[in-house]
Amino acid sequence: MSRSEPYVEAPIRAFAIATVFWGVVGFLVGVVIASQLAWPLLNLDLEWTTFGRLRPVHTSAVIFAFGGNALLGTSLYVVQRTCRARLFGGESMGWFLFWGYQFFIVAAAVGYVFGVTQGKEYAEPEWFVDLWLTVVWVHYLVAFGGTILRREEPHIYVANWFYLAFIVTVAMLHIVNNLALPITLGHGKSYGLAAGVQDAMIQWWYGHNAVGFFLTAGFLGMMYYFIPKQADRPVYSYRLSIVHFWSLIFLYIWAGPHHLHYTALPDWAQTLGMVFSVMLWMPSWGGMINGLMTLSGAWDKLRTDPGLRFSVTAVGFYGMSTFEGPVMSIKAVNALSHYTDWTIGHVHSGAMGWVGFITFGALYWLYPKLWGKKALYSQKLVSWHFWIATLGIVLYITAMWVSGILQGLMWRAYDELGFLQYAFIESVAAMHPYYVIRMMGGVLYLSGALIMAFNLWKTVTSDELADAVPAPGSAGISAPIPAPAE
Amino acid sequence: MRWFNHGIIEKNLILMGVLTLITVSIGGLAQIVPLFTVESTIERVEGVRPYTPLELAGRNIYVREGCYLCHSQMVRPFRDELERYGAYSLAAESIYDHPFQWGSKRTGPDLARVGGRYSDDWHAAHLRSPRAVVPESVMPPYAFLDRPLNASDIASHLRAQVAVGVPYTAEMIANARADLEAQARPEADGAAFAARYPRARQGSFDGNPAVVTEMDALVAYLQMLGTLVRFSDVTPDQVRQQ
Repeated sequence: MSRSEPYVEAPIRAFAIATVFWGVVGFLVGVVIASQLAWPLLNLDLEWTTFGRLRPVHTSAVIFAFGGNALLGTSLYVVQRTCRARLFGGESMGWFLFWGYQFFIVAAAVGYVFGVTQGKEYAEPEWFVDLWLTVVWVHYLVAFGGTILRREEPHIYVANWFYLAFIVTVAMLHIVNNLALPITLGHGKSYGLAAGVQDAMIQWWYGHNAVGFFLTAGFLGMMYYFIPKQADRPVYSYRLSIVHFWSLIFLYIWAGPHHLHYTALPDWAQTLGMVFSVMLWMPSWGGMINGLMTLSGAWDKLRTDPGLRFSVTAVGFYGMSTFEGPVMSIKAVNALSHYTDWTIGHVHSGAMGWVGFITFGALYWLYPKLWGKKALYSQKLVSWHFWIATLGIVLYITAMWVSGILQGLMWRAYDELGFLQYAFIESVAAMHPYYVIRMMGGVLYLSGALIMAFNLWKTVTSDELADAVPAPGSAGISAPIPAPAE
Repeated sequence: MRWFNHGIIEKNLILMGVLTLITVSIGGLAQIVPLFTVESTIERVEGVRPYTPLELAGRNIYVREGCYLCHSQMVRPFRDELERYGAYSLAAESIYDHPFQWGSKRTGPDLARVGGRYSDDWHAAHLRSPRAVVPESVMPPYAFLDRPLNASDIASHLRAQVAVGVPYTAEMIANARADLEAQARPEADGAAFAARYPRARQGSFDGNPAVVTEMDALVAYLQMLGTLVRFSDVTPDQVRQQ
């Protein structure tokens, strides 16, 4: 594409393609490892295909590859439009971010398969991959911040607050949690600086805020741009946006210790983690209300725009999982739920329902815009995707609720003589039917994503071009900027 | 609110970035820093020592294979867990764990106190073919661990551990390779090794004393888990955390 384009778009198109590609890969690996838990023969007797090596491939593919490409792509799209400024660093910056980030993903995933890992959940990449991601991330911050500095709008739009908080906080978390010393400079393996209880606290401070800032704040940025765009309504409440933003980012960071209830982490830290996790319910629902109420007066669009249906259902799932989370963080509940599939179900209602759906909604809106097409190839296929994926999520999370609570209860069950009623392996055997149902839920979700990939492919290759896109600064741009504070 | 205008923050990227960084730093500082400064965080129990070179190599295999994704190493202070697994885990028991491996999921049972529960032969057979030993198991097979352990760089592993705070002595580093070999060969003279690593056991962990394999290392690690602290000697005062 030519340099005369008002905004940098070619790398964003690449991010949009990569989002779909990695989404399909991540969901597929998820189905594979879910099947391994139901039928262990599928570990194939090979060291590279064991559950232990593939599970980080799945989590990294969906969080960092699917989610990350969605966040980078949409944030660069949104920041240019809401600032009415071309991306800082131009097209070459965009391409560096794109290829630099893809290299990070591939290097991490190849490492996992060959057993190169730090052994910390969601922070598995080894030191040299971490260093590379840091380089890319600093460029990302510079590109994003530089574009805001060039803005022609006096105010920074609320979506950009969330994207900025996501970029800044993820940088902090990534660096601190990955402080490590390589065995030697030529050695792939490293030992982290912290050990034991301190390492555990730092890891879950990181881990929970990978949820809080990568999978929440960043995607809230997406919500604050794309839902007003799809609904053609301004954000419901400007004041709620402010309260939501600051309270969310302040409270989230304290929630990590709820992953360490009843462990050797001192009680004071566990209690702090629990109290802040419960408080977190409020800003989370503040954000949900702000997103849903943006549809005031436009609810009828849900019937005609299945893309918007994804975005709104995403906010619904966000509300559900941010209620379930505080409940599970209460120590008495956590005593039952921890170490069980309930946690897995909780994560997936957030990941498939919130992160996945808000991304699908944004993609269905973005693809015609990015490729200058009149409309999507098929609204009907969007509708099929929606219902198949929703059914998949329902199967997934209900199976995990049942199996998780069942596991927890079996572990603590006593017989009438006061002995433990079940051997551990009996709880493993009892999981089988639920693991099969979970796998089927995953297959449905994957099928929906394949329908989306087909639909988007047909959209990109269609001949029906849109009318000319207005240039920045012209009256044609109507970013949903809220009224400034008085 | 006349005295406060959020518009000031919204119009200034640097101000917004700095305020955001401050806001997100507070919680982490409050929760992480005290764990390094409050001494009672680590219980005052005796017996915890750095891993032997073979155990360390085994631990690295445990990390490499992602065992922590299905097995926790953290017994919680509940009656059923005490009966199923043993004494609840102490922070003191993982002070030399880089990284910690407490885990977050029990697709399989907790392993914090698995050491000494089963024989070496049981572990090797179970790792090679889990369902031959436990028919309902969903664990992947690890027969490929029956290959020679690459231990040529074990001394540099110990040196890196010293740099992150594990108290290996110069003598331990100098003898790292010899200690590793001695532990995996029950017929070798283990007096010097045993003096350096109290309560460490020599054995032919995989049943084949001729070659030191990855299986040897992993089983040696599993067999020492949770065995270093003698809980019969521990007093309530020693395990009190603030």
